[in-house]
Amino acid sequence: MNSKTQNKVAIGGLYGIAGFVVLILLALLGFILVSGVPQLSWHFLTAPGKAFLKGGGVGVQLFNSFYLLILAMLISFPIALGAAIYLYEYAKDNWLTTTIRTAIEILSSLPSVVVGLFGFLFFVVKLHLGFSILSGAFALTFFNLPLLARSIEDSLRTVSDVQREGGLALGLSRWETVSRVILPAAVPSILTGVILSAGRVFGEAAALIYTAGQSAPALNFADWNPFNISSPLNPMRPAETLAVHIWKINSEGIMPDAKAISSGSSAVLVIAILLFNFAARYLGKRLYKRLTSA
Amino acid sequence: MKSTQQLERQLKRRSKAAKLEIWGRMVSLTALLLIVAVVVGIIGFVASKGIATFTSNHVNLWDFLSGKNWNPGITDAHGKPEVGALPMIVGSFLITILSALVATPFAIGTAVFMNEISPNKGAKILQPVTELLVGIPSVVYGFIGLSVVVPTTRALFGGSGFGILSGTCVLFVMILPTVTSMSADALRAVPRYYREASLALGATQWQTIYKVVLRAATPGLMTAVVFGMARAFGEALAVQMVIGNAALMPNSLVSPSSTLTSVLTTGIGNTVMGSLQNNALWSLALVLLLMSLVFNLIIRLIGRKGRLQ
Amino acid sequence: MFVNNDVMNATTKEERHVIQLNDPEHPVILSTEGLHVYYGKKEALFEGDLQFASNQITALIGPSGSGKSTYLRSLNRMNDRIATVTGKIMYRGVDINQPDIDVYEMRRRVGMVFQRPNPFAKSIYDNIAFALRLRGVTDRHQLDEIVETSLKQAALWDQVKDDLNKSALALSGGQAQRLCIARAIAIKPDILLLDEPASALDPVSTGQLEDTLLSLKAHYTIIIVTHNMQQAARISEYTAFFNQGRVLEYDTTSHIFTNPSVQVTSDYVSGNFG
Repeated sequence: MNSKTQNKVAIGGLYGIAGFVVLILLALLGFILVSGVPQLSWHFLTAPGKAFLKGGGVGVQLFNSFYLLILAMLISFPIALGAAIYLYEYAKDNWLTTTIRTAIEILSSLPSVVVGLFGFLFFVVKLHLGFSILSGAFALTFFNLPLLARSIEDSLRTVSDVQREGGLALGLSRWETVSRVILPAAVPSILTGVILSAGRVFGEAAALIYTAGQSAPALNFADWNPFNISSPLNPMRPAETLAVHIWKINSEGIMPDAKAISSGSSAVLVIAILLFNFAARYLGKRLYKRLTSA
Repeated sequence: MKSTQQLERQLKRRSKAAKLEIWGRMVSLTALLLIVAVVVGIIGFVASKGIATFTSNHVNLWDFLSGKNWNPGITDAHGKPEVGALPMIVGSFLITILSALVATPFAIGTAVFMNEISPNKGAKILQPVTELLVGIPSVVYGFIGLSVVVPTTRALFGGSGFGILSGTCVLFVMILPTVTSMSADALRAVPRYYREASLALGATQWQTIYKVVLRAATPGLMTAVVFGMARAFGEALAVQMVIGNAALMPNSLVSPSSTLTSVLTTGIGNTVMGSLQNNALWSLALVLLLMSLVFNLIIRLIGRKGRLQ
Repeated sequence: MFVNNDVMNATTKEERHVIQLNDPEHPVILSTEGLHVYYGKKEALFEGDLQFASNQITALIGPSGSGKSTYLRSLNRMNDRIATVTGKIMYRGVDINQPDIDVYEMRRRVGMVFQRPNPFAKSIYDNIAFALRLRGVTDRHQLDEIVETSLKQAALWDQVKDDLNKSALALSGGQAQRLCIARAIAIKPDILLLDEPASALDPVSTGQLEDTLLSLKAHYTIIIVTHNMQQAARISEYTAFFNQGRVLEYDTTSHIFTNPSVQVTSDYVSGNFG
């Protein structure tokens, strides 16, 4: 076979592979949306679940997912930000820094189930927090920290060093330069990273099944006192999220319409992540524009 | 002279900026150390729990790694507890290697298509779709496996449909976007002039791709594949939903089996803290953790080798 | 033949020529004594002692890698993290190279403008006002006034006075550089260091920048690194010629450009190398 025919065959093969992959990926998305979207209704999104009966909703789970997401981001963002600033702005290039970077990389590559088990051992059992929002939020924080820290560090890298020199030459400390000059300039990129990581946290289940728990007690949405047990804000109550819910009802098999509920929940998760993605792109671009133009 | 002394005093007084600097340094260092503490904490806790099986329950390490019977609640004929983790270890490795074997050609092929053959379509369709799919939660993959893959396997091969094959299919689809997108990054890092030089020498596009681009991108591509394998090895829920969860040596690809993660997910909630059953599960978690360290090490070695070249 | 003639003359020239300043109207405000700069083990500057006259412009010239930028950046300790600087930097009688000097306070007196214009990703107004706010100037009228004076001194006021709230990143290169000068002088430094401030600008902007510097001389001591010898000749009173980590010649600008005492200087200013 001469090189020309070989070229044609190979390129044809690559077209085939790419086409097949697109087909798989689109079928996947299509399946989620086609089987899930018809399940969506106001009732489905707001009603509490029913264990042995048809017709339950995922209202509580959806709320739990968002509540956990917000708590986890509130805890992890400042820590990730601080760590990224130290690593990029202060740390000297020596073995200690390399070791710390390696440690962070290890944390990011740990299976989320291991992070969840540690959360179970430490928060649920040792600190007696039980299966609770708080335990779940900490587990998600650990899961989220390394990736978020790295994404913020990358954002800091996008701001040119001449900006840092500009701040220092005005008699500002490095800290003032970073917090007043570099961070504002890096906001579009940091925001994109934060929203993308929010998408990841939103869909995480393995880290939560033994920390936030697998039950979703009914909530009284009229009671916003965080110390009441049925209050949505109570951080000590067990809180099954949407992602955990999908896993739970499929492995237990006591819910008659588990399949329909799972389809609907999957669609909600995927649509939420789609929205996170679009929001990240849109807001990032917009903020950048605002920063650079009039 | 007096003004000189005054100036010196002014210049040596610690300014607000200097105080802020110390404060900022401390705060950011604390945040960093917190992350380090988390890493050390996780590894320390899991390791100390995982070792308990061998230290306080006196299980032989070799029996643990090579035993084929997993039944921590029951003692065998010699009065030893049955904590053979081999079925799960084999299950995990099998499912990881198989899914990586299937995913690699598709992922690299697609990455080549995106980057070399049709950058236009790649940027417009493939890249956004793969990037989106990287973010799809694993339970969604598990659910689709359960409602599509398992019934299909059942129809084709009989049995329950649960098993290594279904798990491989799910993981294949799950790691495909990740490996594709990382492979595309690796190809993108190959300088344009490599291709131009090769094409100028009269090589066909395929020869250029195969002999120049892929070769130059090899370390990056290997990293992508190992990264995918690490993800497959550590995935818990998606696998647990389709593998059948029978702690048996897998004797066929379509019989119910289990992996380290699947046994952990189902088991931890049903055992009592401190019991042998529970400790044995923590030993599985330790194996999982060590493997993720190994994957990390491999990625580092590839990176170092890539740099040396 | 002409070149040979030049070489013949070389024998009569000195190897190094550095004057001591003695002008009562423009006393020495800044000087270095025994300054050495090391990047790691590599010595980048080893014979670079100069005196700078107050309210005058001093130009540092020399080929790339001659140490002139390294020297300039050492003067307000911008090299602290990347290089080791030994020796004394005497500012109005105080050695500011001592470890217990508060560098932040010092840099407010010895400001700096860089090669690439580096306006912050803020509005034009905030670029100037924000360092002042951080140091406790919060009165709006006072800030307005300082912003206006600084922009006027930097000859930018007329062009931006209606756009003070627009992003500084939208300014042209020349405007951005003058904004950086306005930003630097807003905190009322004593000395202004400029590191090739015109190298990224077109000729028209460069001319405007030079006019700005000449008018600033009344208020500030200016030390400028430049690649452009015409520029040095046009604006400076004193010129130092750097080569391979040493100051080979330091004298009045007219002396350096009309009758240099050192052969290498003569070669450089006549364009024979560099």
